[in-house]
Amino acid sequence: MRQYNSMRRLTSLLFLAGLGLLLAAILQRLNFGQPPMIVGDAINAAAPAQVGAANLVTSVVLAYRGFDTLLELTILFTAATAAGLALGREPGDRLADPEAGPIVRAGADLFFPLLLVVGLYIIFHGHLTPGGGFQGGVILAAAFFMPQLARPASRLEHRMTTLIEGLAGATFILIGLLALFEGEAFLTPLLGVGTLGTLLSAGTLPMLYLAVGLKVGAELAGLLASLAEMGAEE
Amino acid sequence: MEWLVLIIVVVMLGAAVAVLLLQHYLAVLAAWSVVSLGLSVLFVIVRAPDVAMTEAAIGAGLSSVLFALVLRRVGLWRIDTGVPGDAVKKLPGREPQR
Amino acid sequence: MDMGTLMFAGALGLMLIGTAALVLSGHLMRMVFGLALLESGASLLLVLTGYRSGASAPIILDGVVPASMVDPVPQALVLTAIVIALGVQALALGLVLRVHRAYGTFEMREIRRRMERDICDQAGLELPSSNEVPEPYPGSPKPQQGEY
Repeated sequence: MRQYNSMRRLTSLLFLAGLGLLLAAILQRLNFGQPPMIVGDAINAAAPAQVGAANLVTSVVLAYRGFDTLLELTILFTAATAAGLALGREPGDRLADPEAGPIVRAGADLFFPLLLVVGLYIIFHGHLTPGGGFQGGVILAAAFFMPQLARPASRLEHRMTTLIEGLAGATFILIGLLALFEGEAFLTPLLGVGTLGTLLSAGTLPMLYLAVGLKVGAELAGLLASLAEMGAEE
Repeated sequence: MEWLVLIIVVVMLGAAVAVLLLQHYLAVLAAWSVVSLGLSVLFVIVRAPDVAMTEAAIGAGLSSVLFALVLRRVGLWRIDTGVPGDAVKKLPGREPQR
Repeated sequence: MDMGTLMFAGALGLMLIGTAALVLSGHLMRMVFGLALLESGASLLLVLTGYRSGASAPIILDGVVPASMVDPVPQALVLTAIVIALGVQALALGLVLRVHRAYGTFEMREIRRRMERDICDQAGLELPSSNEVPEPYPGSPKPQQGEY
């Protein structure tokens, strides 16, 4: 057995060495600092006039590759649903956690509104500054998870998170479908470009990012809550 | 700028090796958080602030919380202080092994 | 050492260490950590392919378009990849928890042995000798159970 195990370890190390050589050979051919930017340069030149978002990453994520983002939300939804299914509680294995101390409780009360404001700020300014729906959504999920960490007895309403998540996803698709009625392609930004760099610019992109943020936030908050409700194993 | 990158890469790779080698899973979790934070600083240096923000919020924040909740659920999170009666229970398959 | 070599070494090292955790360790939890490391190394590599030296971040401040900006496309890809990585980790952890609940251990080898035993019990078969390990030659010490 021991001989077999050392054999296995040896083959694993050989595999790792081969993989490392292969990757190093690929990386040697890449010029750091001089990428062949054909699509990137075109997007950098055209996006400010075409989409109107000051953050070009946002215009790629939501305008040029909006369909990709929709599918990515689908993947995230599928993964979260499957994880929730796998985490399903069994009768008899719940252990109520004790309530946290006064410092954690006061901190949770204090930080909940602040985190809410920060998360919504990051979502609404996604087309102007770094950040956007994904980052803000994660901060919203953290905001809704913290009170539960402080008071395990108060439970997150799973029906509520599912409702928000479904509505946000439907809004994303609906905004995409509205472009079809305008005679454009699916998920084309509407409502004009606006002034570059102002809050009300880039057409429907802020709405799309708000939908993304609410969906991601609700999904992750539900996932964390269902994990925390499982309690600890003694 | 090179020395900053050098420090961050060395710390990051050291923490990654620690993820591979450490015995206690709470320490592994902390090392994984260090890797994520170093990665987000590297993203800032290569002019990718959006990605850096995502990595800091998701990699170092939420993902660590996820791992911590799972470790707590399966009982791998307790620290063996060496005090009698306070040690990790040696249930079958429960001891942290490599 | 210039910056590019260091950055590529970091990405390569993260990917290799993640793969090492996947293939060398038999502990399911460490394998999930290795998967996370592999994903972060891959995302660093992708962002590096879009970096242009001396360029600024792809954000227009106060209406002034910078002379040269880095490639926004890999950044957008990595942005979504990191979020998907979180979903994948959550799913993997859920499955690991399920396995732990069913077999009470995280060790791959132990899990496989118990799984085979369960299958043989249900099918009413005799547990076959392991098909991984060759039969010891005559006179060799008998392998001990639980050691590997």
